[in-house]
Amino acid sequence: MTDLTVKLPGLDLKNPIMPASGCFGFGKEYAQLYDLSQLGAIMIKATTVETRLGNPTPRVAETASGMLNAIGLQNPGLEKVAGQELPWLEQYDVPIIANVAGTTTEDYVEVAKAISQAPNVHALEINISCPNVKLGGITFGTDPDVARELTRAVKEVSSVPVYIKLSPNVTDIVSIAKAVEAGGADGITMINTLLGMRMDTKTGRPVIANITGGLSGPAIKPVALRMVYEVSKHTSLPIIGMGGVTNVDDVIDFLSAGASAVAVGTANFVNPFVCPEIIGQLPERLHELGYDSVEQLVGRSHRL
Amino acid sequence: MIKQERMQVINQQEIAKHIFELTVQGELANEMAEPGQFVHIRVADSFEPLLRRPISVASIDLEASQFTMIYRAEGRGTGLLAEKKPGDTLDVLGPLGHGFPVEEAQKKAYLIGGGIGVPPLYELAKQLNARGIETVHILGFESKQAVFYEDKFRKLGDTHIATVDGSHGTQGFVTHILNELPIDFDTYYSCGPTAMLEAVQWAYPQKKGFLSYEQRMGCGIGACFACVCRTTRSETDYIKVCSDGPVFPAGVVIS
Repeated sequence: MTDLTVKLPGLDLKNPIMPASGCFGFGKEYAQLYDLSQLGAIMIKATTVETRLGNPTPRVAETASGMLNAIGLQNPGLEKVAGQELPWLEQYDVPIIANVAGTTTEDYVEVAKAISQAPNVHALEINISCPNVKLGGITFGTDPDVARELTRAVKEVSSVPVYIKLSPNVTDIVSIAKAVEAGGADGITMINTLLGMRMDTKTGRPVIANITGGLSGPAIKPVALRMVYEVSKHTSLPIIGMGGVTNVDDVIDFLSAGASAVAVGTANFVNPFVCPEIIGQLPERLHELGYDSVEQLVGRSHRL
Repeated sequence: MIKQERMQVINQQEIAKHIFELTVQGELANEMAEPGQFVHIRVADSFEPLLRRPISVASIDLEASQFTMIYRAEGRGTGLLAEKKPGDTLDVLGPLGHGFPVEEAQKKAYLIGGGIGVPPLYELAKQLNARGIETVHILGFESKQAVFYEDKFRKLGDTHIATVDGSHGTQGFVTHILNELPIDFDTYYSCGPTAMLEAVQWAYPQKKGFLSYEQRMGCGIGACFACVCRTTRSETDYIKVCSDGPVFPAGVVIS
């Protein structure tokens, strides 16, 4: 019997697979397609204090084996997420990881404090890495001192363990990881999208209305793996890895690199059933590789 | 219910310049109800291109478990789709979105389409006719070479064609034809470029109308927030073309 369970701060996962924030809304769309209780966890869409309308369109553009997006944290705001979206998700037996975003430290603190009290929110994912908003977001994730202080502030008010979502748009991701560890983070989720652009060849204009967008999809998997590998080598925090995961072997690779669990993002848009499909395939793939639990695989690249 | 299925390609042919008609078969076809819904198609098994392509449905044959799509092959994705042959399979997700409400028409409806917005109006015309509604079709195309389904529409009702270059029918846009037609219908339905939808709404402010919009899409099911539009329904929220639409009552979408 293959053991898919994973134990992480605040999270008793029945399997290591979860949809990544921003790629799954608040679950309603995918609930039309399959039972969300199958998932290890759900990372819900970023929540800010107030309603956010997000960026103008076009907000997405396809690229080679990937896509750019600049949605701009559109969300209904804390009150509606806590009052409507989270209670709706309570019908499913699945822990929720609430993604928290803001433009000031006070914003993060306000959302973290309130949303961490929801009964089905088992952990927070602090979004210090959104590349698509003018204020906040990534500016908190590119300076180690700022990242540490924000982690500290959020930790003080959160009722559940705090994971910090790291940006790949830095020269030294290990220094950011160490900083949030020093700030008291319980875990790390990584990576957010890579800043990119696409041009309209005829007009010379950027395709995305926001000019730049975040690159995701299979194209970024090598970058994500490298970063998970480096961070897991230099910190002791558990990592939820993500970036270009589309199939069961990608999951194995992230576990091998040092992730304890794996989030699936853009692939949900290509194959809406990708999460349950991977979960179904994991036991056999682990068995083929000679393992009988997910935890045996975590960080095996460091032990070889 | 939304399904994902590997459907069988039954037929594919180029019916006008760069315009392809593709018929597929499978259980998913039995889920189709409203004209104006769409399907989301994965054109390759690789990740190149990555995203699905939203394609509109031109006709539904529930008895044969088939439906027919019409699309313009203009980019990489639709170019690959145009290479599919009978016997191939196709990864289809659908039916998606909210289509045209056929029950809204009373006696006579105008169906106004432009270019690749014309296909869903064909299934709509069939369903309206089946309900005893008289349909008048006003269809605009770039040129004679781009015109398709003219005869099929004529069999269902009075049909007027406009081409931008005047090589077939009236020269100009559908609005040039609308200006000459009596306003003796109760409901209009329209699908086409946003500028055309705006012009149609402007032409019939007193009439009940339903418009099908286009936006660049990601997931196609409402989860990614890529295809949003501003709306008169709310100042603090957007509507999503893929899942709230693509068909909206006139006056709802701010484009």
